[in-house]
Amino acid sequence: MASKSSSSSASRSGGASKKPAKLPVTKEQLLAWYQDMLLIRRFEEKSGQLYGMGLIAGFCHLYIGQEAVVVGVQGALEAGDQVITGYRDHGHMLAAGMTANGVMAELTGREGGYSRGKGGSMHMFSREKQFFGGHGIVGAQVPIGTGLAFANKYRGNGNICAAYFGDGAANQGQVYESFNMAKLWNLPVVYIIENNQYAMGTSVKRASSETELYKRGASFGIPGEPVDGMDVIAVYEAAKKAAAHARGGKGPFILEMKTYRYRGHSMSDPAKYRTRDEVNEFRDHKDPLDLARKKIIDAGWSDEEALKEMDKEVKRVVNESAEFAKTSPEPDPSELYTDVLVEV
Amino acid sequence: MPIEVLMPALSPTMEEGTLAKWTVKPGDTVKSGDVIAEIETDKATMEVEAVEEGVVGKLLVEEGAEGVKVNAVIALLLEDGEDEGALEGAGASSKTESPPPSASDDADTSPAGGGGKESSGDDETLSSPARGGGGREAAGGGKTLSDPDIPEGTSMKEITVRDALRDAMAEEMRRDETVFVMGEEVAEYQGAYKVTRELLQEFGSERVVDTPITEHGFAGLGVGAAFGGLKPVVEFMTFNFAMQAIDHLINSAAKTLYMSGGQMGCPMVFRGPNGAASRVGAQHSQDFSSWYAHVPGLKVIAPYDAADAKGLLKAAIRDPNPVVFLEHELMYGETFEIPDLDDWVLPIGKAKVRREGSDVTITAHSRMVGFALKAAEQLAEEGIEAEVIDLRTLRPLDTDTVIESVKKTHRIVCAEEGWGRMGVGAEIAAVVTAEAFDYLDAPPLRVHQKDVPLPYAANLEKLSLPGVEDIVKAVKAVCYAE
Ligand SMILES: Cc1ncc(C[n+]2csc(CCOP(=O)(O)OP(=O)(O)O)c2C)c(N)n1
Ligand SMILES: [Mg+2]
Repeated sequence: MASKSSSSSASRSGGASKKPAKLPVTKEQLLAWYQDMLLIRRFEEKSGQLYGMGLIAGFCHLYIGQEAVVVGVQGALEAGDQVITGYRDHGHMLAAGMTANGVMAELTGREGGYSRGKGGSMHMFSREKQFFGGHGIVGAQVPIGTGLAFANKYRGNGNICAAYFGDGAANQGQVYESFNMAKLWNLPVVYIIENNQYAMGTSVKRASSETELYKRGASFGIPGEPVDGMDVIAVYEAAKKAAAHARGGKGPFILEMKTYRYRGHSMSDPAKYRTRDEVNEFRDHKDPLDLARKKIIDAGWSDEEALKEMDKEVKRVVNESAEFAKTSPEPDPSELYTDVLVEV
Repeated sequence: MPIEVLMPALSPTMEEGTLAKWTVKPGDTVKSGDVIAEIETDKATMEVEAVEEGVVGKLLVEEGAEGVKVNAVIALLLEDGEDEGALEGAGASSKTESPPPSASDDADTSPAGGGGKESSGDDETLSSPARGGGGREAAGGGKTLSDPDIPEGTSMKEITVRDALRDAMAEEMRRDETVFVMGEEVAEYQGAYKVTRELLQEFGSERVVDTPITEHGFAGLGVGAAFGGLKPVVEFMTFNFAMQAIDHLINSAAKTLYMSGGQMGCPMVFRGPNGAASRVGAQHSQDFSSWYAHVPGLKVIAPYDAADAKGLLKAAIRDPNPVVFLEHELMYGETFEIPDLDDWVLPIGKAKVRREGSDVTITAHSRMVGFALKAAEQLAEEGIEAEVIDLRTLRPLDTDTVIESVKKTHRIVCAEEGWGRMGVGAEIAAVVTAEAFDYLDAPPLRVHQKDVPLPYAANLEKLSLPGVEDIVKAVKAVCYAE
């Protein structure tokens, strides 16, 4: 998995397989996305485990249940497009093609991590993969993502920025200040609201006067659409349309991904604000991996056997990352003083 | 009497100008709004309009005259029924502005808060030793503050800092129905750190209000509610997130009493955990003590143990001013003894000597007090007796207690969890140097976080934060013990 970059979907979609009538994507696309989602799922399960062992500390927010969102959106991005999100960021980084080793080693605070151990779970970046964090302050990524889009337009590079934020973040004032500027200047940004129904223990309806979050751009003239965020194909199609809109100079687009997080808000959240049944309803009937697997098999693009092999390979990558994250040394004490300012 | 037309000031910086052109001549009738002249200022050419009706009697300044002073009489208008005879002798002198009846042009020397109002600040308008003392003032406008006596036979009970804070809010909410609590996850979730546990059950959702994640909004709303007669206790999930809202803490809450000439106080509390938690990285681990302590118009409290947490939070809720109440996540679960009294309220602005000693003074607040006490024990084994002062309130700062102590020990170490530059310790060192210079046997030393954002990696985090060892080392240095 670490060998291929999800951001180069363009090269993948050039495959020769013929599309079955029903699915608007190629076999290669869907199989690659399934594999990406598996990687995120297994990676997050492993992080949860390492957290339990005390190897990961502080806040650690798992992405399990929401995998189809980043994977589908990433499929619609082109080389050079930027991604930015909040603290629930492991999936975004893997989808952007960052290595499992580098992400996991950051979670354990080791030298081999993307921030050399200095950032941790919530604060990771990769300029190479156009991943701009990893932000711990709810909502902060929205104006920053808008600024990345501003730079794209300014430089005329044809790129867009995918700025992700949660349903809870959608109530921060700076989101609306960003919306206004983004439309005023028609900036190439796609706002992706990951509506997993809760902001910590607060459900959307307890925090939002208008719960249809895709409508939040209406008063700025920004189009928005609700999307089934559990269906990677639906996400891909919506993202493709939104990306084309933004790239075409028409300005921002809002996608509200209806999704769900299976785990607590962070590792320390007992999640008593919702019922087990509610969680099981999603796990058992709407799981993004199950859904994609079924489509693959129904289309005759693979079989249980081969998908099991794929799972094994993914697990191997994840286990290796855990091993790497345990054995990578702690940063050298001298690192305490590096990177505070650019030396001039 | 003819009406005097004065040279107008057409910009805040204009002191004189050129009368470029008259657009009226004697005998013309003008009404208010008519352009009568053009004036060149340092910035632009402006038209001068008549502000009153009349007949132009006399133009006193020639066209093209330069350097016409603001407020000089430039023309005379005859009022209805007046004839030219009235012009005799009028407009002879230019108006000079009399100075406003100022109370004093030296704010430094005037007692804080005029009109018998209580001073809300310490306040240190001066820093020079020559005028020493006079600048220092305790919170209550010179009152001597002390903790309430604990009646003999009062039993002590054990309580966590978390529950002490909770009880303080609950007691004040029972006592005063205008007190309400607002913040993220304070109600149904029972508080992100469970400090508001069971308040919703007792007081209902009108008084224990879950907000959206919208700090700038709800902090401002809290200020408005305070203006509107309520006493909000606004919880920030952590003070890191209060940076979203800091404009309202400073520009709205802290300054409005002053800007409104004393009409509009802002009786409210902003509270929540401040400082480093454990392994949560740079954006979630910052000590804002010196940020808020810098701002006149705020009171700032940072308690260490349960008794202070309770007594000072109750005082903060009752205080008619905006109070920033800095808690510490890593202290919430710590248990301390507290007097079992109905109404335990402590004075804001009074430090507490937690350990007496003769050789060196250590100041600290919040969690660092525990480290200072541990350091003192360790030092005692080596024959150094440290006096540990828990500052408790950072604004107003109880500098009297610190200075008294330094006069006895002649040495001081100022410990704080946050960055050192422009910090609490820097302030104390400055005050001590200014006001007890002759008593010092060594320069004051500061103990603080390393001058970097807090790293996530376990080893680097440990290196970054100040601890017992750092205090011991600094004490030995000021005692020349090593
Ligand atoms: C400004 C700010 N306020 C509060 C927090 C604490 N906090 C972290 S995540 C979170 C909930 C965010 O929910 P949502 O935006 O729905 O994202 P999700 O966690 O569901 O992915 C809160 C309140 C924070 N990090 N930053
Ligand atoms: Mg959410």
